[in-house]
Amino acid sequence: MSGLAIEIGRGKRKNKSWIYFLFPSVAVMLVFFIYPILLTFFYSFTNLALTGESARQLKFIGVDNYIRMFEDPTVRVSIWNTLIFLVGSAVIGQQVLGFLIALLMKHKNRMFRRVIGTIVLAGWVTPEIVCALCLYSFFGDEGTLNSIFSLFGLPAVTWLYTVPMIAIILGNIWHGTAFSMLVFQAALDDVPSEMEEAAVVDGASRWQILIKIVLPFIKSTITTNMMLVTLQTLGVFGLIYAMTGGGPGTATTTLPIFMYNQAFVNYQLGYGTAISLLLLLMGIVLSLFYIRSMKE
Amino acid sequence: MNANQRKMVYRVLPYAILTLIGVCFLLPLLWVLVSSIDPNAMQSLKMPARFTGANYADVIASRENQRAFLIGLVMSLGQAVLLVILGLLAAYPLSRYQMKYKKPFMLTILFMTSLPITAVMVPVYQLFLSIKLYDNTFGVILFYVASALPYGIWMLKNFMDSVPSDLEEAAWVDGASVFGGLRKIIAPLMVPGICTVAIFTFSGSWGNFFVPYILLNTPEKFPASLKLYQFFGLYGMVDYGKLAAFSVLYAMPSVILYILSQRFMSKGFGLQGGTKG
Repeated sequence: MSGLAIEIGRGKRKNKSWIYFLFPSVAVMLVFFIYPILLTFFYSFTNLALTGESARQLKFIGVDNYIRMFEDPTVRVSIWNTLIFLVGSAVIGQQVLGFLIALLMKHKNRMFRRVIGTIVLAGWVTPEIVCALCLYSFFGDEGTLNSIFSLFGLPAVTWLYTVPMIAIILGNIWHGTAFSMLVFQAALDDVPSEMEEAAVVDGASRWQILIKIVLPFIKSTITTNMMLVTLQTLGVFGLIYAMTGGGPGTATTTLPIFMYNQAFVNYQLGYGTAISLLLLLMGIVLSLFYIRSMKE
Repeated sequence: MNANQRKMVYRVLPYAILTLIGVCFLLPLLWVLVSSIDPNAMQSLKMPARFTGANYADVIASRENQRAFLIGLVMSLGQAVLLVILGLLAAYPLSRYQMKYKKPFMLTILFMTSLPITAVMVPVYQLFLSIKLYDNTFGVILFYVASALPYGIWMLKNFMDSVPSDLEEAAWVDGASVFGGLRKIIAPLMVPGICTVAIFTFSGSWGNFFVPYILLNTPEKFPASLKLYQFFGLYGMVDYGKLAAFSVLYAMPSVILYILSQRFMSKGFGLQGGTKG
């Protein structure tokens, strides 16, 4: 009797009822996620605008947006800024600093680990607009950093004007490093201690152990983490927007900021979409690498 | 430097470096905490002459602020609840059924989890204008749900895989339907997983600035994140104390939920969880 019921149950699973389970999610994702991605491709070939003549008449303009993009010096500046921001804050900043913290924390006093870990985590848990505010006041003309400078008799620096890129890179490091720290802590805990002990017996230095044993062992974690952190950093908007607004001039205008300015400040939605396609393509390439690294 | 001194340096150096990093991370944070209770808060971190709760009292008493917090709460809660329901439904056949295209579907989902949402916001804005969802709170919730679904489905499917199927088969014997088995047997066993997903999506949208900034227009509909940004622009230069108090209050749910989530995530923090196809 019970066997029969299970057969019926399993039978239920074999029919097409999975459609009902999947349908709501797939429908929502199709309409609000996948369709907009397809629209990105479509709109980037149009003259879509918020106001004026072209707002009423949507026209296909072929690759005009792309030609304009390649001729627009600000695009080149934005791409360059995005790359500096990615390499500085994600690849070098969060990744290396996160690894360094995780490595140094290993086998340290428990209380000490806890305090430092909590401080770093606080920056991560804090919402990005609050982060922007904290860092804005830190780097401000009369901010904390300049107060510290004056303690040592150094002249005040207008950080957000003279080195705005450094300020937003440090801001993003402050906000994001904890993620890499957690990932690397977990990865380092998985390195078998026998391997390190054996190397010590063989007379290896700390540096050799790190390069020859630890790093190769956590290689896949490094790749995956790199991909994830880069993807997160690629889409950063609020932090930069609230700290510098992309300025002064175009000094901190990354692709998301530039996209926003073109679409919503200059009302050139078509052109803005062409720029977001660039962003999307970068994301797609990185995501494909990320999936490949997960499959291994 | 002899061997002993060298050993000493190796011992102390990590503590010194970590302390330095800790101080650098702490200073910006300390500013917002101290300023929020300082009646004369400035842009720089300083010791207050006296402490006050007036900044908090003012922020909490403001009708506009209450409204912004409430809207933020409704949005994030709405998203979390909808996401868990839809995610559980979608995860069920992916976890239990034999399906032909399961693997490519899961890979597509994984692919979608990592796409930058920022890149689709311009077309989403256009879409919302044309289907009359622009400047609509529920529209924002729907978009939040859609953008978090890939992550939600992925996580919930993996959590569901670890619930043994004998239990629901036993429930079928007692006459439960497939849906009943999911609701009454599987879901209760997945509470830690559901809480993890709900907390992460809640925090994600609670802290999100860009999505409501693009999709909402009327200031009365702004959630806390936008209100803070507005506050920052309008009075930032004048009233650092209130600004800091607002920031602390606004960051509070994220902090509390993070601490709560630690209780559910017993397995620690690895990237391995995703490898189960």
